[in-house]
Amino acid sequence: MAEVTKLIHKYLRHDKKFPHVWCPGCGIGIMLGSLIRAIDECGYNKDEIVLVSGIGCTGRMPVYVDFNTLHTTHGRALTFATGIKLANPALKVIVVMGDGDAVAIGGNHFIHAARRNVDISTVILNNSVYGMTGGQYSPTTPYGMKTTTSPYSNVEQSFNISELAVAAGAVFVARGTVYHAKMLDGLMEMTFKKKGFSVIEVIGHCHTQYGKLNRMGSAVEMMKWQKEHAVTVEKATQMKDDELKDKFRIGVLVDKELPVFHEEYEKIRRWAKEAK
Amino acid sequence: MKKKTKKELLLQGNEAIVEGALRAGCRFFAGYPITPATEISELLSVRLPQVDGTFIQMEDEIASMGAIIGASLAGAKSMTATSGPGFSLMQENLGYAVIAEVPCVIVDAMRGGPSTGLPTFPSQSDVMQARWGTHGDHPIIVLCPSTVRECYDITIRAFNMAEKFRTPVIILVDEVVAHMREKISIDEDEDIEIFNRVKPTVPPEWYIPYEDTPRGVPAMANFGDGYRYHVTGLTHDIRGFPTSRPDEIDPFIRRLFRKISQHFAELHMGEFFETDDAEITIIAYGCVARSAKRAARDARERGLKVGALKLNTIWPFMRTPVEKVLQTSKIIIVPEMNMGQISREVKRVNKTDAKVFTINKVDGTIITPEEILRKIKEVR
Repeated sequence: MAEVTKLIHKYLRHDKKFPHVWCPGCGIGIMLGSLIRAIDECGYNKDEIVLVSGIGCTGRMPVYVDFNTLHTTHGRALTFATGIKLANPALKVIVVMGDGDAVAIGGNHFIHAARRNVDISTVILNNSVYGMTGGQYSPTTPYGMKTTTSPYSNVEQSFNISELAVAAGAVFVARGTVYHAKMLDGLMEMTFKKKGFSVIEVIGHCHTQYGKLNRMGSAVEMMKWQKEHAVTVEKATQMKDDELKDKFRIGVLVDKELPVFHEEYEKIRRWAKEAK
Repeated sequence: MKKKTKKELLLQGNEAIVEGALRAGCRFFAGYPITPATEISELLSVRLPQVDGTFIQMEDEIASMGAIIGASLAGAKSMTATSGPGFSLMQENLGYAVIAEVPCVIVDAMRGGPSTGLPTFPSQSDVMQARWGTHGDHPIIVLCPSTVRECYDITIRAFNMAEKFRTPVIILVDEVVAHMREKISIDEDEDIEIFNRVKPTVPPEWYIPYEDTPRGVPAMANFGDGYRYHVTGLTHDIRGFPTSRPDEIDPFIRRLFRKISQHFAELHMGEFFETDDAEITIIAYGCVARSAKRAARDARERGLKVGALKLNTIWPFMRTPVEKVLQTSKIIIVPEMNMGQISREVKRVNKTDAKVFTINKVDGTIITPEEILRKIKEVR
């Protein structure tokens, strides 16, 4: 067995969870592999990790891995995670969400968790569609694309998740793709190591719903699309605007320092006791 | 010299809820401003950090409810407080706390509704929202104080019940009781039972997080204790993993009900006031219970045999105590500040010849003893 597979197996729950719910060819498995490798690389103890999710395809991820795992309500993962982190700051809290979960129903929680700078690492798998319910358009479905609820064409403009995170004040924002798996490992590790509200947007694909309706081909072809349309942050600085028109940047988009909520709250505790 | 631990305080109902919560061990509060519950947030933002607890103002009530569930899973006794509109926003996550069996306390300081309704006039119109606001079949514990002292005691009991039964507990307080001030004495040395969740004593590899027990309540490990397990809002098996097997779903849902229904006697709190020989009994709760007792006393002075049954537990419905007064009284009067949310329950359990009359007030004002006395004269 390959070393990399042995490593993955070390973190999977072996009793009663498999087969998993994801379609053959789905990128969520690649993202999960990356998440596990990054956790291993960071050297966290399994007991100190809390993996929190919402609802959707990505929301099903925590059940398969051997951490403290919490599968919450749709869009609300960050609110539960906030409570966990503040009640026990020693825990390493990681949230995984899909695009609909994170920036549609959970959009308000997303911007506020970022603004507050709660120490949570947030992993968002963006496959441009609601997969689990059968391929409806999400806030990240590009203009002009077909889904089961935009059968003629999507006439809404889409969110750019990473830019939203930057605008909301996240101290670390990175973007990767499931095609660039090695790079994703490194970005994931940086996301987890960053203190404060860190975000990694992972561009994935839903070939069974979104890809099929838009004639984008198989999972492999959709991953090729990722390869052809992703440009590293470094390379993008040397490209002209019209060259970047149909491209998206991958790499670290923001890395800055701001006071972290639970550390600031220690000050409040001190002031409160002094005022008593 | 021994430190004086007994304090005489003039407190608002909301303030007494805060004192009770802290005494019960509450160390996490998440909330969103709303009248008439805001004093609870304001006071806890002062008090919680003094005891190494955490106060956070979330972006809305949905987030507040999520945060207290998360904090509880990480080991903190947690609470939120709101009013009708915010309580509606909490309902989805409230159901999550029921199915995942996460202890927490929710205060709903009731104002008139529906919708934005009557800020801030009193009402008791969330009785059924507290019972059935969240979707799906579920049991729920709802308590209702009628005095400032009861705000203190009932909040402690609410935390104890939440921890003991691994369930959300709702405190329904009407605006009158929430804002009313009364003298109460609190003794820090008073021997009050404080219950903490039962934790597993077995090694992690033996731990079955949703295993049935004689009480119907499984032991609860906190995240970080070394018992890595899965928590989900999906129907789950005894290990906490999602299941769609009928033979696993049925015992799970039935256990959720059984853990409450086999402990009705322990959950039911109330007061029989001069009911033994009463021909007429008033059944009331919240601020109306105060008027009910006064009306009974005034009626007795006029030679009428009137008593009152105060309900401090709203759900599960206090069937046995209510049946007792139904058997001994000819007439029952249920005054409430809604269109009849509890009187319907009284009628439902009535298998006697006793007649049940209602007083329903929905104009944003309280029900006075005189109004109850008038009804007594009218129906006797």
